[in-house]
Amino acid sequence: MLAAPAFAAEPVDGAINMQPAATRIAERVHEFHNVLLVIITAITLLVLALLIWIVVRYNQKANKVSRKFSHNTTIEIVWTVVPALILVGIAGLSFPNLFYQNVTPNLGQIVATSKQLLAEGKSAEHQAFTKNYFPDAAEEGFVNVKIQGNQWNWTYTYPDIVDETGEPVEFVSNGIHKGRASDPTDGLRLLSTDYPMVVPANRYIRFYTAAADVIHSWAVPAFAIKVDAIPGRLNEGWFLVREPGVYYGQCSELCGVDHAYMPIEVRVVPQAQFDAWAELMKAGDFDGAAASVSQIASAETETKFASN
Amino acid sequence: MPMDEVALDHGHDSHDHKPGFFARWFFSTNHKDIGTLYLIFSLIAGIVGYSLSGLIRWELAEPGIGPMLWIQTTFFGLEGDAAVAAAKHFYNVVITYHGLVMIFFMVMPALIGGFGNWFVPLMIGAPDMAFPRMNNISFWLTAAAFVLAILSMVVPGGSAGNGFGGGWTLYPPLSGSTGHPGPSMDLLILSLHTAGIASILGAINFIVTILNMRAPGMTLHKMPLFAWGMLITAVLLLLALPVLAGALTMLLTDRNFGSQFFVPAGGGDPVMFQHLFWFFGHPEVYIMILPAFGIVSHIVSTFSKKPIFGYLGMAYAMVSIGVIGFVVWAHHMYTVGMNVDLKAYFVAATMVIAVPTGIKIFSWIATMWGGSIEFKLPMLWAIGFIFLFTVGGVTGVVLANAGVDHTLHDTYYVVAHFHYVLSLGAVFGLFAGWYYWFEKMFGIKYNSFLGGLHFWLMFIGSNVLFFPQHFLGLQGMPRRYIDYADGFATWHHWSSIGYAITLVATLIFFVSLAVAFIQRRKATVDAHGHGNPWGEGATTLEWTLPSPPPFHQYNELPVVTNKGGH
Repeated sequence: MLAAPAFAAEPVDGAINMQPAATRIAERVHEFHNVLLVIITAITLLVLALLIWIVVRYNQKANKVSRKFSHNTTIEIVWTVVPALILVGIAGLSFPNLFYQNVTPNLGQIVATSKQLLAEGKSAEHQAFTKNYFPDAAEEGFVNVKIQGNQWNWTYTYPDIVDETGEPVEFVSNGIHKGRASDPTDGLRLLSTDYPMVVPANRYIRFYTAAADVIHSWAVPAFAIKVDAIPGRLNEGWFLVREPGVYYGQCSELCGVDHAYMPIEVRVVPQAQFDAWAELMKAGDFDGAAASVSQIASAETETKFASN
Repeated sequence: MPMDEVALDHGHDSHDHKPGFFARWFFSTNHKDIGTLYLIFSLIAGIVGYSLSGLIRWELAEPGIGPMLWIQTTFFGLEGDAAVAAAKHFYNVVITYHGLVMIFFMVMPALIGGFGNWFVPLMIGAPDMAFPRMNNISFWLTAAAFVLAILSMVVPGGSAGNGFGGGWTLYPPLSGSTGHPGPSMDLLILSLHTAGIASILGAINFIVTILNMRAPGMTLHKMPLFAWGMLITAVLLLLALPVLAGALTMLLTDRNFGSQFFVPAGGGDPVMFQHLFWFFGHPEVYIMILPAFGIVSHIVSTFSKKPIFGYLGMAYAMVSIGVIGFVVWAHHMYTVGMNVDLKAYFVAATMVIAVPTGIKIFSWIATMWGGSIEFKLPMLWAIGFIFLFTVGGVTGVVLANAGVDHTLHDTYYVVAHFHYVLSLGAVFGLFAGWYYWFEKMFGIKYNSFLGGLHFWLMFIGSNVLFFPQHFLGLQGMPRRYIDYADGFATWHHWSSIGYAITLVATLIFFVSLAVAFIQRRKATVDAHGHGNPWGEGATTLEWTLPSPPPFHQYNELPVVTNKGGH
C-alpha cells in the first residue's frame, strides 16, 4: 500500500460497534441493529432495575413478612402480550431488511421503475427509491465474480472479462501473513493479500461462492455480507459500494489449519481504474495489475469516513 | 410442595445397610450414589474443559501465535513452519474439545445425571429411579464416552497433528475423510454415540420415573418445577439424540465405507449434515438450560419464602420452549444459502421463543416481589443467573434476525451470546443448585465466606471475560481464530484478564470444597427434625428428609395433600 486509500474498513482497536457501512445493505443493517440495541438495552436495564428494587425493598430486613400471592392474571397477560408485540415490531423491521439483502435485484426492473417515477414527476418517490436502488448502476448491468474458497486462499474469477484466447480473468488471492517467522512486516497483519479482489465502485456486483475442498465463508463486515462457500453448491450474493476504497474481511467458517490466514481484501476502484486493471489482468501482468490498484484513484479525498 | 400431611420414614437408620466400597461405587444402583458419581465425573470433566478454555484465552491474550507455538516447540520438539502448523491445528483441537467436553461431559452429566438423579426421586417422593440398573449403565457409558473422547485427542487427526480440529459442530467435509483422515474423528464419533446411548437410556429412566413413580396425590400439575424441567429435558433428549446418532452414523459410513451422504461428488450434500446436526443441536441447548430453570425456580421461591409465581405458566413455558426448540434449528445456518422465505420462517419461529423465556424471567421476579428475601449463597447464584441469562437472551433476539445475523454469524458476538446463556446461564444454575443442595447431599455445610468469594469473583470475572466479546463480534472478529488482526487486540486482552479472574474464583471453589470436607460441620436439623437449613421457604419433599438422606428413602411413601401452592 503506497498511500492511505480514500476509504478503508478494517477492525479498529478498542471499537465497540460495527465497522463503518460501505454498502446500502450494511447501512440498513446498522439502522436496524441500532433499533435492536435500544430495545435489548432497555429490556436488560428493566430486568436489572427490578432486581435492584427487589434487593432493596424485599430483603429480609426491609420486609419481615413475605406476602403469599402466587397468581395475577392481568400481569401474566401483560408480560406475554407486550413482549409478543415488541417481537412483531422487530419482525416488521427485520423482514424488509432480510429480503433487501438476500434477493439479488432485478436491474431491468430498477431502471424501468426509476424512469416511470421520473416520467410521472414523482420526485419524492424517486428519491426514496434511489436510496435503496441505483438506476445508473443498473443501466450498466452486473459485474459478475465467482469466488471459490480453497484450503487456504480464495480464487476470484471474472467470467465476463476474457482474454483473446477466451479464458476469463482468474487469480488466486493469498494472505501475505501466515503466522510464520518469514512473514513480511508490511501490510495489515492477517488482512492484506498478495492479489486483492478488485471491483468497480458504483456498480452492481453479483458474486457466486463455491468451494474446492471444505466449507469456507466469504465475509466482508463493512459490506454486511457473509456467504458460505460450500462444495457442491453455488451460493449467490450481491453488493454495490459507492465509495472507492479498501475493505477487509476474513474467512468465517472453520476450514482447517490456516483458517485464520485466508483474508479477503476487496479494492473498490473507479470504473476507469478497474478497466485498466482488467486490461493488465487479461495481458497476464498480475503484478502490474495489483500495483495499478495499490493506490485508489479517487476524485474525492474527503469521505464521510475521513470525517469520522 | 405442600406436605402438611406427609408421612415419612424417620429413625430407620439401622436398616440403612450400605454395600462395601467397590460394590457401592462401581456396581451402584442407588440413585443418590449414581448422582454423586455423575457430580464427581463432571467436576473432573469440568477441570479438563475449563483448562482447555484457559489455553484458548492464554493464546488470545496477545496478538500473534504464542503459547500454542511454545507448547509445540517445548513438548513436541517441533521447529520452524512445522511447529507453526502444529500450533494452528492444536488450537483448533483445543476449541473443539473445549466445546464437546463442556457440553457432553460437564453440563449435561452435572445437571441431568447429577442433580437429576439425586433430586428427581427425592422431590417426587420416589424410593429410587424406575430402572436402577439402567441408571448404572448410563453412568458408566458416559464415563467410557469421555475416555474415548480424550483418546481421540491423542491419536492422529489431520495432516498437521493429533486430534480432531473441526469444531464441536463436526461439519463435513472437514470432518470427512479428506479433512481429517486419521482415526481421531472415528473415535470421536464412537464417543458421541456412546454418550448419546447413555443419555437416551437416562432420558427413558427419567420419563418413566416421573410419569409412574410420583408420590400418591402428586399430580403432574403439583410436581416441583425441577421435575418438570427434567421431564421436558428427557423428552428432548429422547427425540433429539437419535437424529444426532443418525448423522454421526452417516458420517462414519462416509468416512469408512464409501457412502456419499455428505459428499457432493457422489450426489450428497454437506448442508444436509448441518440440518441434521442442528435438529439435534438446538434442542440440546434447551437440554442444558431447562434443568437450570427448574433449580432457579426452587431457589427463588425458597429464599423469598413465597410460592412460585404463576406455577402453571412456568411449567408450560418450559413445555413450549421445548416444543418450539424443535422448529428453529436452521437459525444456526443463515449463511449456508437457504431460500430467503425459509430464512424468514426461521426468523419468526426463533423470535417466538423469546415469549415463554420472558414469562420465566418475569415470573421469577414476581416470585421475589413481596418476599422476605434472604440473600444466601444459592440465592446470589440464582439472581446472577436471572440477570446474565437475560443478557444472553436479548442478544439471541438480535441474532434471530437473519439480516443482522449475516453480519454477526460466526463472529465473537455469537460466542458471547452462547456463553452468556450457557457459561453464565447453565453454569450459574449449576452452582446455584450445588450450594442449594450441598448440605442435603453431603450432610455437611459449605463455607459461606469462600462460597461468597467464589460467587463474586465468578460474576465479575465471567462478565469481564464475555462482555467485550460482543464488541469484538460487532467489529467483525471471526470465531475459531488462533490469531487476530491488531485491531482486535484490546478487547481480547480484557477477555483474557476476565478468564484469569474466573481462574481465581475456580481455585477458591476447590479450596472451599476441601475446607467443607475437612471441617465437616454438621448439617442443620430443624425443629421438626428435618434436614432443612433454609426454613419455611423450602417446601419440596427433599427437605423433609435428614441430610444426607438415608441410603433408601420413603420406605413408606409420602402423601401429598391438596393444600397450598407449589
